[in-house]
Amino acid sequence: MGNVAAARVLERGRVRTPEAVRAEFPILGTSRAGKPLAYLDSAATSQKPLAVLDAMDDYYRRYNANVHRGVYTLSEQATTGYEDARAAVAAFIHAASAEEVVFTRNTTEAINLVAHSWGRRHIGPSDAILVSVLEHHSNLVPWQMLAEERGARLLHLPIDPTGNLDLSSLDDLLAQSVKLVAITQMSNVLGTITPLPEIIRRAHAAGALVLVDGAQSVPHLAVDVQALGCDFLAFSAHKMVGPTGIGALYGRAELLEAMPPFLGGGSMIRNVTLERSTYADVPQRFEAGTPAIAEAIGFGAAARYLQELGMDWVRERETALTTLLIETLLPIPDVTVLGPTSGERGGAVSFTVRGVHPHDVASLLDEENVAVRAGHHCCQPLMSVLGVGATTRAGIAFYNTAEDIEALARGLHRVRRVFGEA
Amino acid sequence: MSSDIYQEQILDHYRHPRNYGSLPHPDATFEDSNPLCGDMVTMDVAFDGERIADIRFRGAGCAISQASASMLTEMALGQTREEARAITRESVLEELGVPLSPARVKCALLGHKVLLAALYGLPAHGREGKGTL
Repeated sequence: MGNVAAARVLERGRVRTPEAVRAEFPILGTSRAGKPLAYLDSAATSQKPLAVLDAMDDYYRRYNANVHRGVYTLSEQATTGYEDARAAVAAFIHAASAEEVVFTRNTTEAINLVAHSWGRRHIGPSDAILVSVLEHHSNLVPWQMLAEERGARLLHLPIDPTGNLDLSSLDDLLAQSVKLVAITQMSNVLGTITPLPEIIRRAHAAGALVLVDGAQSVPHLAVDVQALGCDFLAFSAHKMVGPTGIGALYGRAELLEAMPPFLGGGSMIRNVTLERSTYADVPQRFEAGTPAIAEAIGFGAAARYLQELGMDWVRERETALTTLLIETLLPIPDVTVLGPTSGERGGAVSFTVRGVHPHDVASLLDEENVAVRAGHHCCQPLMSVLGVGATTRAGIAFYNTAEDIEALARGLHRVRRVFGEA
Repeated sequence: MSSDIYQEQILDHYRHPRNYGSLPHPDATFEDSNPLCGDMVTMDVAFDGERIADIRFRGAGCAISQASASMLTEMALGQTREEARAITRESVLEELGVPLSPARVKCALLGHKVLLAALYGLPAHGREGKGTL
């Protein structure tokens, strides 16, 4: 099966062999009823390597204490671990300084932070916010809420029939008093990679800021915020081999410094009287209350792990696996792949099986211990543009193998046999 | 080619749904959907006194939701309003007779939710989270 050339590329690990990398993820060695796990849902959440699990365990076992509080040794160790993690995450996305990285719960909270803090101050009744139809609900609903609150307009950038963004109307849209472009770098449904340099250049020329939803892209592409020139970047640890419960907002220093707090409470203040407070510098200003310390440390470990692996290697391997996945799916009768099937794209591959609901596809694949996502992927507007209610999605990560894709293909042939005419 | 979930009786009801369609003059109609996966089921019921004289369902969605609704129409047809109201979730799952994960149980019970709403005379269109049936 599959494409020999692609399979050969897969086995050429530059830093470590793919087998050695895979062995660092304990869950990938598990089986159910004699069937090895084929985990193809990394677009929903990635699996975690020992380096991340151990870093979090080490914190709880050896230096658990609150951060930015005590003067005792443990607390200082915890604070150092927390701030080292911030530095590692900042280095991973090539931020100019660690202070440009605010820890949040996840991508969603990072986007909401910008909507509340920057948006309420800068978006007025005559302004517009531009999103694309590719957006995940997390990069759509906060802007709908802000637009409704401020009486502003929400505009949409369309896609072409291949699932790529159609930029032909971009300048006309930007001319409608757009103050912010909020756009994904990689679609979680179609795997589309958006032409960000072009969009950012044109948005800035029109006087708009650009927030990038990096939830899908940061785990899979080398992202350099300075080269990209984006104003904000939101992403989550759990999709990039880190833990759940922690994410980050990157913001250019001068933007963050001018923004009012998001949540009020401890840690985010400079001085408090009963009447009023003054606020801490960034990034603490945006981190009210005790943060997710172990998760932040795990996030830092994840960033270091990926950096050591090399994002070029990650991209090369995932591209080869994604090509193999698409070439495996395309010839299967009744299977339709949505989104770009050639050219630059990410590893989230949605497909439909004619006559079989995605939930039935996913349930039958689960009987083979093949884990895929089925549903609308938190992208209901995109689903309606595509004219489907739901899809099945396989999400590739560098730790996948040709065998995982083979198991998916076997499972899909079984789906067709089970649902074939009696 | 056996499957734990997709056994012959389920696939048969999915491919050849019983009591499928709509009634020209139903005494009760209810429609509901599962927003997570888009499963949709509508049921029309016609009474002869207290007895369910005719019942039809229509919908779209996964095999479990549609097969379950089909089976349910067979269970309810000819029963009194009271008897049909007494059909429990457990009896629907038992009738399906396959092991379902919690996520798929929601699919399996959509038809049951719709039938009860119709029998209790709720307004024709349901919304997820509205009722406590």
